[in-house]
Amino acid sequence: MRYILEHPARVAALAGAHLALVAIALAVALAIAFPIGLYAARRPRAAVWVIGALGALYTIPSLALLAVLVQAFGLGFTPIFIALVVYAQFMLARNVAAGIDGVDPAQIDAARGLGMSPAQILVRVEIPHALPVFIGGVRVAAIAMIAIATLAGYVGGGGLGALIFDGLTLHQTSMIVAGSLGASALAIAADLVLRAIERRARRSAG
Amino acid sequence: MLLGPSGCGKSTLLRAVNRLVPLSGGRIELGERDVASMDAVELRRGIGYAIQAVGLFTHMTVAQNVGVVPSLLGWKRGQIETRVDELLELVHLEPRRYRNRRPRQLSGGEAQRVGVARALAARPGALLMDEPFGAVDAVVRSELQRELARIVRESQTTTLFVTHDVDEALRLADRVVVVRDGRIEQTARPEDLLDDPATAYVRDLVHAGDPVYREYFAHVRELMREPA
Repeated sequence: MRYILEHPARVAALAGAHLALVAIALAVALAIAFPIGLYAARRPRAAVWVIGALGALYTIPSLALLAVLVQAFGLGFTPIFIALVVYAQFMLARNVAAGIDGVDPAQIDAARGLGMSPAQILVRVEIPHALPVFIGGVRVAAIAMIAIATLAGYVGGGGLGALIFDGLTLHQTSMIVAGSLGASALAIAADLVLRAIERRARRSAG
Repeated sequence: MLLGPSGCGKSTLLRAVNRLVPLSGGRIELGERDVASMDAVELRRGIGYAIQAVGLFTHMTVAQNVGVVPSLLGWKRGQIETRVDELLELVHLEPRRYRNRRPRQLSGGEAQRVGVARALAARPGALLMDEPFGAVDAVVRSELQRELARIVRESQTTTLFVTHDVDEALRLADRVVVVRDGRIEQTARPEDLLDDPATAYVRDLVHAGDPVYREYFAHVRELMREPA
Protein backbone atom coordinates (compact mmCIF):
# COMPACT_ATOMS: atom_id res chain seq x y z
CA MET A 1 0.00 0.00 0.00
CA ARG A 2 2.81 2.34 0.89
CA TYR A 3 4.09 2.47 -2.69
CA ILE A 4 0.68 3.41 -4.03
CA LEU A 5 0.36 6.23 -1.48
CA GLU A 6 3.85 7.51 -2.19
CA HIS A 7 3.72 7.27 -5.98
CA PRO A 8 0.08 7.64 -6.91
CA ALA A 9 0.87 9.29 -10.26
CA ARG A 10 3.19 6.51 -11.38
CA VAL A 11 0.76 3.77 -10.34
CA ALA A 12 -2.09 5.56 -12.08
CA ALA A 13 -0.03 6.00 -15.26
CA LEU A 14 0.94 2.31 -15.26
CA ALA A 15 -2.67 1.32 -14.61
CA GLY A 16 -3.73 3.48 -17.54
CA ALA A 17 -1.13 1.86 -19.80
CA HIS A 18 -2.25 -1.57 -18.55
CA LEU A 19 -5.85 -0.82 -19.37
CA ALA A 20 -4.95 0.62 -22.77
CA LEU A 21 -2.98 -2.52 -23.65
CA VAL A 22 -5.92 -4.74 -22.66
CA ALA A 23 -8.45 -2.53 -24.43
CA ILE A 24 -6.56 -2.49 -27.73
CA ALA A 25 -5.87 -6.22 -27.56
CA LEU A 26 -9.53 -6.86 -26.71
CA ALA A 27 -10.76 -4.79 -29.65
CA VAL A 28 -8.48 -6.57 -32.09
CA ALA A 29 -9.27 -9.96 -30.54
CA LEU A 30 -12.97 -9.30 -30.92
CA ALA A 31 -12.58 -8.33 -34.56
CA ILE A 32 -10.92 -11.71 -35.16
CA ALA A 33 -13.12 -13.80 -32.86
CA PHE A 34 -16.42 -12.50 -34.22
CA PRO A 35 -16.12 -14.01 -37.70
CA ILE A 36 -14.66 -17.20 -36.22
CA GLY A 37 -17.55 -17.50 -33.77
CA LEU A 38 -20.06 -16.75 -36.51
CA TYR A 39 -18.54 -19.44 -38.70
CA ALA A 40 -18.71 -21.87 -35.79
CA ALA A 41 -22.38 -21.02 -35.19
CA ARG A 42 -23.25 -21.62 -38.85
CA ARG A 43 -21.24 -24.85 -39.17
CA PRO A 44 -21.80 -26.86 -35.99
CA ARG A 45 -19.68 -29.76 -37.24
CA ALA A 46 -16.69 -27.56 -38.00
CA ALA A 47 -17.31 -25.68 -34.76
CA VAL A 48 -16.12 -28.61 -32.65
CA TRP A 49 -12.73 -28.40 -34.36
CA VAL A 50 -12.47 -24.62 -34.49
CA ILE A 51 -13.39 -24.03 -30.86
CA GLY A 52 -11.33 -27.09 -29.89
CA ALA A 53 -8.25 -25.65 -31.59
CA LEU A 54 -8.73 -22.31 -29.84
CA GLY A 55 -9.17 -24.19 -26.57
CA ALA A 56 -5.85 -25.95 -27.18
CA LEU A 57 -4.14 -22.58 -27.74
CA TYR A 58 -5.69 -21.41 -24.51
CA THR A 59 -4.02 -24.23 -22.57
CA ILE A 60 -0.48 -23.16 -23.56
CA PRO A 61 1.06 -21.56 -20.45
CA SER A 62 1.14 -17.82 -21.05
CA LEU A 63 4.78 -17.52 -20.02
CA ALA A 64 5.81 -20.19 -22.54
CA LEU A 65 3.86 -18.54 -25.33
CA LEU A 66 5.36 -15.20 -24.44
CA ALA A 67 8.88 -16.65 -24.55
CA VAL A 68 8.29 -17.88 -28.09
CA LEU A 69 6.79 -14.55 -29.14
CA VAL A 70 9.73 -12.62 -27.71
CA GLN A 71 12.06 -14.81 -29.78
CA ALA A 72 10.08 -13.87 -32.84
CA PHE A 73 9.24 -10.22 -32.25
CA GLY A 74 11.74 -8.99 -29.66
CA LEU A 75 10.83 -7.25 -26.41
CA GLY A 76 8.15 -4.60 -25.95
CA PHE A 77 4.51 -4.21 -26.84
CA THR A 78 4.21 -6.65 -29.75
CA PRO A 79 4.73 -10.04 -28.02
CA ILE A 80 2.37 -9.35 -25.12
CA PHE A 81 -0.20 -7.85 -27.48
CA ILE A 82 -0.18 -10.97 -29.65
CA ALA A 83 -0.32 -13.24 -26.61
CA LEU A 84 -3.38 -11.42 -25.28
CA VAL A 85 -5.16 -11.57 -28.62
CA VAL A 86 -4.44 -15.31 -28.90
CA TYR A 87 -5.65 -16.08 -25.38
CA ALA A 88 -8.87 -14.14 -25.79
CA GLN A 89 -9.88 -16.04 -28.94
CA PHE A 90 -11.19 -19.08 -27.13
CA MET A 91 -13.43 -17.20 -24.71
CA LEU A 92 -14.65 -14.67 -27.26
CA ALA A 93 -15.25 -16.99 -30.20
CA ARG A 94 -16.96 -19.56 -27.99
CA ASN A 95 -19.38 -16.96 -26.65
CA VAL A 96 -20.07 -15.47 -30.08
CA ALA A 97 -20.97 -18.96 -31.31
CA ALA A 98 -23.04 -19.73 -28.22
CA GLY A 99 -24.82 -16.39 -28.43
CA ILE A 100 -25.82 -16.82 -32.06
CA ASP A 101 -26.74 -20.46 -31.48
CA GLY A 102 -28.96 -19.53 -28.56
CA VAL A 103 -31.25 -17.15 -30.44
CA ASP A 104 -34.86 -18.37 -30.34
CA PRO A 105 -35.54 -20.07 -33.70
CA ALA A 106 -39.04 -18.53 -33.74
CA GLN A 107 -37.45 -15.07 -33.96
CA ILE A 108 -35.35 -16.13 -36.94
CA ASP A 109 -38.32 -17.77 -38.59
CA ALA A 110 -40.37 -14.59 -38.25
CA ALA A 111 -37.47 -12.56 -39.65
CA ARG A 112 -37.19 -14.83 -42.69
CA GLY A 113 -40.93 -14.90 -43.20
CA LEU A 114 -41.09 -11.11 -43.22
CA GLY A 115 -38.43 -10.96 -45.91
CA MET A 116 -35.16 -10.19 -44.14
CA SER A 117 -32.02 -11.21 -46.01
CA PRO A 118 -29.49 -13.36 -44.12
CA ALA A 119 -27.36 -10.26 -43.45
CA GLN A 120 -30.37 -8.35 -42.13
CA ILE A 121 -31.32 -11.27 -39.91
CA LEU A 122 -27.81 -11.21 -38.47
CA VAL A 123 -27.73 -7.47 -37.82
CA ARG A 124 -31.34 -6.83 -36.88
CA VAL A 125 -32.24 -10.00 -34.99
CA GLU A 126 -29.38 -12.33 -34.15
CA ILE A 127 -26.83 -9.81 -32.87
CA PRO A 128 -29.29 -7.91 -30.65
CA HIS A 129 -30.43 -11.20 -29.12
CA ALA A 130 -26.93 -12.62 -28.72
CA LEU A 131 -25.43 -9.41 -27.33
CA PRO A 132 -25.70 -10.34 -23.63
CA VAL A 133 -23.81 -13.57 -24.29
CA PHE A 134 -21.19 -11.71 -26.36
CA ILE A 135 -20.68 -9.25 -23.54
CA GLY A 136 -20.42 -12.12 -21.07
CA GLY A 137 -17.54 -13.44 -23.16
CA VAL A 138 -15.91 -10.02 -23.30
CA ARG A 139 -16.19 -9.77 -19.52
CA VAL A 140 -14.50 -13.11 -18.87
CA ALA A 141 -11.85 -12.39 -21.51
CA ALA A 142 -11.17 -8.91 -20.13
CA ILE A 143 -10.59 -10.22 -16.62
CA ALA A 144 -8.21 -12.92 -17.84
CA MET A 145 -6.42 -10.43 -20.08
CA ILE A 146 -5.91 -7.96 -17.25
CA ALA A 147 -4.20 -10.73 -15.29
CA ILE A 148 -2.11 -11.99 -18.21
CA ALA A 149 -1.15 -8.44 -19.18
CA THR A 150 0.95 -8.19 -16.01
CA LEU A 151 3.47 -10.30 -17.95
CA ALA A 152 4.01 -7.23 -20.10
CA GLY A 153 6.22 -6.03 -17.25
CA TYR A 154 8.49 -9.00 -17.90
CA VAL A 155 9.02 -8.26 -21.58
CA GLY A 156 9.20 -4.47 -21.36
CA GLY A 157 5.62 -3.92 -22.49
CA GLY A 158 4.76 -1.61 -19.60
CA GLY A 159 1.68 -1.67 -17.41
CA LEU A 160 1.25 -2.69 -13.77
CA GLY A 161 3.38 -5.78 -14.34
CA ALA A 162 6.39 -3.47 -14.48
CA LEU A 163 5.89 -2.75 -10.78
CA ILE A 164 5.70 -6.44 -9.96
CA PHE A 165 8.83 -7.40 -11.88
CA ASP A 166 10.79 -4.33 -10.76
CA GLY A 167 9.74 -5.08 -7.20
CA LEU A 168 10.97 -8.66 -7.59
CA THR A 169 14.34 -7.44 -8.89
CA LEU A 170 14.71 -4.75 -6.24
CA HIS A 171 13.25 -6.85 -3.38
CA GLN A 172 10.63 -4.15 -2.86
CA THR A 173 7.58 -5.99 -1.55
CA SER A 174 5.47 -2.84 -1.54
CA MET A 175 6.03 -2.42 -5.29
CA ILE A 176 4.92 -6.00 -5.90
CA VAL A 177 1.86 -5.44 -3.75
CA ALA A 178 1.09 -2.18 -5.54
CA GLY A 179 1.24 -3.87 -8.95
CA SER A 180 -0.85 -6.83 -7.83
CA LEU A 181 -3.45 -4.75 -6.04
CA GLY A 182 -3.68 -2.43 -9.02
CA ALA A 183 -4.24 -5.29 -11.44
CA SER A 184 -6.84 -6.86 -9.16
CA ALA A 185 -8.63 -3.53 -8.81
CA LEU A 186 -8.71 -3.15 -12.59
CA ALA A 187 -10.08 -6.66 -13.00
CA ILE A 188 -12.79 -6.10 -10.40
CA ALA A 189 -13.74 -2.76 -11.94
CA ALA A 190 -13.90 -4.28 -15.43
CA ASP A 191 -16.07 -7.08 -14.08
CA LEU A 192 -18.52 -4.66 -12.46
CA VAL A 193 -18.78 -2.36 -15.47
CA LEU A 194 -19.22 -5.18 -17.97
CA ARG A 195 -21.75 -6.93 -15.73
CA ALA A 196 -23.83 -3.76 -15.71
CA ILE A 197 -23.63 -3.51 -19.50
CA GLU A 198 -24.53 -7.18 -19.80
CA ARG A 199 -27.62 -6.67 -17.65
CA ARG A 200 -28.74 -3.74 -19.77
CA ALA A 201 -28.24 -5.74 -22.96
CA ARG A 202 -30.24 -8.59 -21.47
CA ARG A 203 -33.12 -6.27 -20.69
CA SER A 204 -33.19 -4.76 -24.15
CA ALA A 205 -33.03 -8.18 -25.80
CA GLY A 206 -36.47 -8.72 -24.22
CA MET B 1 -58.47 -21.41 -45.00
CA LEU B 2 -56.44 -24.53 -44.38
CA LEU B 3 -58.05 -26.71 -41.75
CA GLY B 4 -56.63 -29.87 -40.28
CA PRO B 5 -55.17 -31.57 -37.22
CA SER B 6 -51.67 -30.67 -36.04
CA GLY B 7 -48.95 -32.35 -38.07
CA CYS B 8 -51.16 -32.76 -41.13
CA GLY B 9 -49.04 -30.53 -43.32
CA LYS B 10 -51.16 -27.38 -43.39
CA SER B 11 -48.41 -25.15 -41.96
CA THR B 12 -45.89 -26.67 -44.33
CA LEU B 13 -48.16 -25.83 -47.23
CA LEU B 14 -48.51 -22.26 -46.01
CA ARG B 15 -44.76 -21.95 -45.57
CA ALA B 16 -44.20 -23.21 -49.09
CA VAL B 17 -46.07 -20.17 -50.40
CA ASN B 18 -43.43 -17.74 -49.16
CA ARG B 19 -40.74 -20.34 -49.72
CA LEU B 20 -39.79 -20.89 -46.11
CA VAL B 21 -39.91 -24.55 -47.08
CA PRO B 22 -38.84 -25.69 -50.55
CA LEU B 23 -41.23 -27.48 -52.86
CA SER B 24 -40.34 -31.02 -53.81
CA GLY B 25 -42.84 -30.97 -56.65
CA GLY B 26 -45.70 -29.00 -58.13
CA ARG B 27 -45.91 -25.23 -58.34
CA ILE B 28 -47.43 -22.38 -56.41
CA GLU B 29 -48.68 -19.33 -58.27
CA LEU B 30 -49.32 -15.96 -56.74
CA GLY B 31 -50.95 -13.39 -58.98
CA GLU B 32 -50.17 -15.64 -61.94
CA ARG B 33 -46.47 -15.75 -61.16
CA ASP B 34 -44.71 -18.93 -60.10
CA VAL B 35 -43.25 -18.20 -56.66
CA ALA B 36 -40.25 -20.41 -57.48
CA SER B 37 -39.25 -17.93 -60.20
CA MET B 38 -39.23 -14.99 -57.78
CA ASP B 39 -36.46 -13.84 -55.46
CA ALA B 40 -37.35 -15.37 -52.07
CA VAL B 41 -36.61 -12.23 -50.06
CA GLU B 42 -38.58 -9.98 -52.44
CA LEU B 43 -41.43 -12.46 -52.47
CA ARG B 44 -41.66 -12.51 -48.67
CA ARG B 45 -41.66 -8.74 -48.40
CA GLY B 46 -44.68 -8.67 -50.66
CA ILE B 47 -46.62 -11.14 -48.52
CA GLY B 48 -47.89 -10.35 -45.03
CA TYR B 49 -46.89 -13.04 -42.57
CA ALA B 50 -48.44 -13.51 -39.14
CA ILE B 51 -47.71 -16.34 -36.76
CA GLN B 52 -48.42 -16.98 -33.10
CA ALA B 53 -47.40 -14.26 -30.65
CA VAL B 54 -43.87 -15.65 -30.32
CA GLY B 55 -43.20 -14.15 -33.74
CA LEU B 56 -42.93 -10.58 -32.46
CA PHE B 57 -39.35 -9.41 -32.13
CA THR B 58 -38.79 -9.20 -28.38
CA HIS B 59 -35.91 -6.73 -28.71
CA MET B 60 -37.99 -4.20 -30.63
CA THR B 61 -40.81 -1.91 -29.61
CA VAL B 62 -44.31 -2.36 -30.93
CA ALA B 63 -43.71 0.44 -33.45
CA GLN B 64 -40.47 -1.12 -34.65
CA ASN B 65 -42.17 -4.49 -35.02
CA VAL B 66 -45.02 -3.07 -37.05
CA GLY B 67 -42.65 -0.97 -39.14
CA VAL B 68 -40.16 -3.71 -39.88
CA VAL B 69 -41.22 -4.60 -43.42
CA PRO B 70 -41.67 -0.95 -44.52
CA SER B 71 -38.17 -0.28 -43.20
CA LEU B 72 -36.83 -3.28 -45.14
CA LEU B 73 -38.49 -1.81 -48.21
CA GLY B 74 -36.72 1.48 -47.62
CA TRP B 75 -39.70 3.66 -46.70
CA LYS B 76 -38.89 7.08 -45.23
CA ARG B 77 -38.99 7.41 -41.47
CA GLY B 78 -41.97 9.77 -41.38
CA GLN B 79 -43.87 7.54 -43.77
CA ILE B 80 -43.25 4.53 -41.52
CA GLU B 81 -44.38 6.40 -38.40
CA THR B 82 -47.60 7.50 -40.03
CA ARG B 83 -48.28 3.99 -41.27
CA VAL B 84 -47.55 2.46 -37.86
CA ASP B 85 -50.04 4.75 -36.13
CA GLU B 86 -52.62 4.05 -38.81
CA LEU B 87 -52.21 0.30 -38.34
CA LEU B 88 -52.30 0.44 -34.56
CA GLU B 89 -55.60 2.27 -34.81
CA LEU B 90 -56.84 -0.28 -37.31
CA VAL B 91 -56.24 -3.08 -34.79
CA HIS B 92 -57.64 -0.94 -31.96
CA LEU B 93 -54.46 -0.25 -30.05
CA GLU B 94 -54.08 3.38 -29.05
CA PRO B 95 -50.83 4.42 -30.81
CA ARG B 96 -49.65 6.79 -28.08
CA ARG B 97 -50.05 4.12 -25.43
CA TYR B 98 -48.67 1.18 -27.35
CA ARG B 99 -46.06 2.52 -29.79
CA ASN B 100 -43.11 2.27 -27.39
CA ARG B 101 -44.08 -0.84 -25.50
CA ARG B 102 -42.11 -4.05 -25.71
CA PRO B 103 -43.80 -7.32 -26.66
CA ARG B 104 -43.33 -8.65 -23.12
CA GLN B 105 -45.44 -5.77 -21.84
CA LEU B 106 -48.42 -6.86 -23.93
CA SER B 107 -51.23 -9.26 -23.15
CA GLY B 108 -51.71 -12.25 -25.45
CA GLY B 109 -54.52 -10.52 -27.33
CA GLU B 110 -52.57 -7.28 -27.74
CA ALA B 111 -49.56 -9.17 -29.05
CA GLN B 112 -51.74 -10.91 -31.64
CA ARG B 113 -53.11 -7.55 -32.76
CA VAL B 114 -49.59 -6.24 -33.20
CA GLY B 115 -48.77 -9.38 -35.19
CA VAL B 116 -51.68 -8.72 -37.53
CA ALA B 117 -50.72 -5.05 -37.86
CA ARG B 118 -47.16 -6.03 -38.72
CA ALA B 119 -48.35 -8.45 -41.39
CA LEU B 120 -50.44 -5.71 -43.01
CA ALA B 121 -47.83 -2.96 -42.72
CA ALA B 122 -46.54 -2.76 -46.27
CA ARG B 123 -49.98 -3.28 -47.86
CA PRO B 124 -49.10 -6.78 -49.04
CA GLY B 125 -50.80 -8.38 -51.98
CA ALA B 126 -51.48 -11.47 -49.91
CA LEU B 127 -51.54 -12.51 -46.26
CA LEU B 128 -50.32 -15.73 -44.72
CA MET B 129 -51.56 -16.42 -41.22
CA ASP B 130 -50.47 -19.46 -39.25
CA GLU B 131 -52.78 -19.88 -36.27
CA PRO B 132 -52.41 -16.17 -35.50
CA PHE B 133 -54.95 -16.41 -32.68
CA GLY B 134 -53.70 -19.66 -31.22
CA ALA B 135 -52.46 -18.25 -27.94
CA VAL B 136 -55.48 -16.30 -26.72
CA ASP B 137 -58.60 -17.23 -24.81
CA ALA B 138 -61.93 -17.81 -26.52
CA VAL B 139 -63.45 -14.39 -25.82
CA VAL B 140 -60.47 -12.44 -27.15
CA ARG B 141 -60.19 -14.83 -30.07
CA SER B 142 -63.71 -14.26 -31.32
CA GLU B 143 -63.17 -10.51 -31.00
CA LEU B 144 -59.95 -10.76 -33.02
CA GLN B 145 -61.66 -12.97 -35.59
CA ARG B 146 -64.37 -10.38 -36.17
CA GLU B 147 -61.79 -7.65 -36.56
CA LEU B 148 -59.71 -9.72 -38.93
CA ALA B 149 -62.79 -10.45 -41.01
CA ARG B 150 -63.44 -6.69 -41.20
CA ILE B 151 -59.83 -5.83 -42.05
CA VAL B 152 -59.53 -8.46 -44.75
CA ARG B 153 -62.88 -7.43 -46.21
CA GLU B 154 -61.95 -3.74 -46.23
CA SER B 155 -58.45 -4.23 -47.60
CA GLN B 156 -59.52 -6.91 -50.10
CA THR B 157 -56.39 -8.91 -49.31
CA THR B 158 -56.19 -12.52 -50.37
CA THR B 159 -55.55 -14.43 -47.18
CA LEU B 160 -54.36 -17.93 -46.59
CA PHE B 161 -55.12 -18.88 -43.01
CA VAL B 162 -54.05 -22.01 -41.16
CA THR B 163 -56.04 -23.32 -38.24
CA HIS B 164 -56.88 -26.55 -36.48
CA ASP B 165 -60.03 -24.97 -35.08
CA VAL B 166 -63.12 -26.04 -37.04
CA ASP B 167 -65.12 -23.24 -35.55
CA GLU B 168 -62.57 -20.63 -36.65
CA ALA B 169 -62.43 -22.05 -40.17
CA LEU B 170 -66.20 -22.08 -40.62
CA ARG B 171 -66.52 -18.58 -39.22
CA LEU B 172 -63.87 -16.85 -41.29
CA ALA B 173 -63.40 -18.78 -44.50
CA ASP B 174 -64.63 -18.12 -47.98
CA ARG B 175 -63.26 -21.51 -48.89
CA VAL B 176 -62.05 -24.22 -46.56
CA VAL B 177 -59.37 -26.72 -47.53
CA VAL B 178 -59.51 -29.71 -45.20
CA VAL B 179 -56.05 -31.28 -44.92
CA ARG B 180 -55.24 -34.61 -43.35
CA ASP B 181 -51.97 -36.56 -43.41
CA GLY B 182 -50.55 -34.32 -46.13
CA ARG B 183 -53.54 -34.80 -48.45
CA ILE B 184 -56.47 -32.58 -49.25
CA GLU B 185 -59.73 -34.18 -48.14
CA GLN B 186 -62.02 -31.52 -49.53
CA THR B 187 -62.05 -27.95 -50.78
CA ALA B 188 -65.38 -26.19 -50.40
CA ARG B 189 -67.29 -23.20 -49.13
CA PRO B 190 -68.15 -23.61 -45.44
CA GLU B 191 -71.84 -24.17 -46.20
CA ASP B 192 -71.02 -26.86 -48.74
CA LEU B 193 -68.69 -28.52 -46.30
CA LEU B 194 -71.58 -28.86 -43.87
CA ASP B 195 -74.13 -29.87 -46.51
CA ASP B 196 -72.02 -32.09 -48.66
CA PRO B 197 -68.92 -33.49 -46.93
CA ALA B 198 -66.74 -35.43 -49.38
CA THR B 199 -65.39 -37.99 -46.93
CA ALA B 200 -66.30 -39.56 -43.62
CA TYR B 201 -63.43 -37.66 -42.02
CA VAL B 202 -64.83 -34.30 -43.12
CA ARG B 203 -68.31 -35.29 -42.02
CA ASP B 204 -67.14 -36.10 -38.51
CA LEU B 205 -64.87 -33.07 -38.36
CA VAL B 206 -67.60 -30.53 -39.10
CA HIS B 207 -70.49 -32.45 -37.53
CA ALA B 208 -72.15 -32.46 -40.93
CA GLY B 209 -75.77 -33.48 -40.94
CA ASP B 210 -76.33 -31.97 -37.53
CA PRO B 211 -78.98 -29.32 -38.14
CA VAL B 212 -78.08 -27.47 -34.96
CA TYR B 213 -74.55 -26.88 -36.21
CA ARG B 214 -75.81 -25.78 -39.59
CA GLU B 215 -78.07 -23.20 -37.96
CA TYR B 216 -75.35 -22.09 -35.63
CA PHE B 217 -72.80 -21.43 -38.34
CA ALA B 218 -75.28 -19.71 -40.63
CA HIS B 219 -76.02 -17.39 -37.74
CA VAL B 220 -72.37 -16.84 -36.79
CA ARG B 221 -71.38 -16.06 -40.36
CA GLU B 222 -74.20 -13.57 -40.59
CA LEU B 223 -72.84 -11.89 -37.46
CA MET B 224 -69.31 -11.86 -38.85
CA ARG B 225 -70.46 -9.92 -41.86
CA GLU B 226 -71.95 -7.14 -39.79
CA PRO B 227 -69.69 -4.25 -38.90
CA ALA B 228 -68.32 -4.58 -35.36
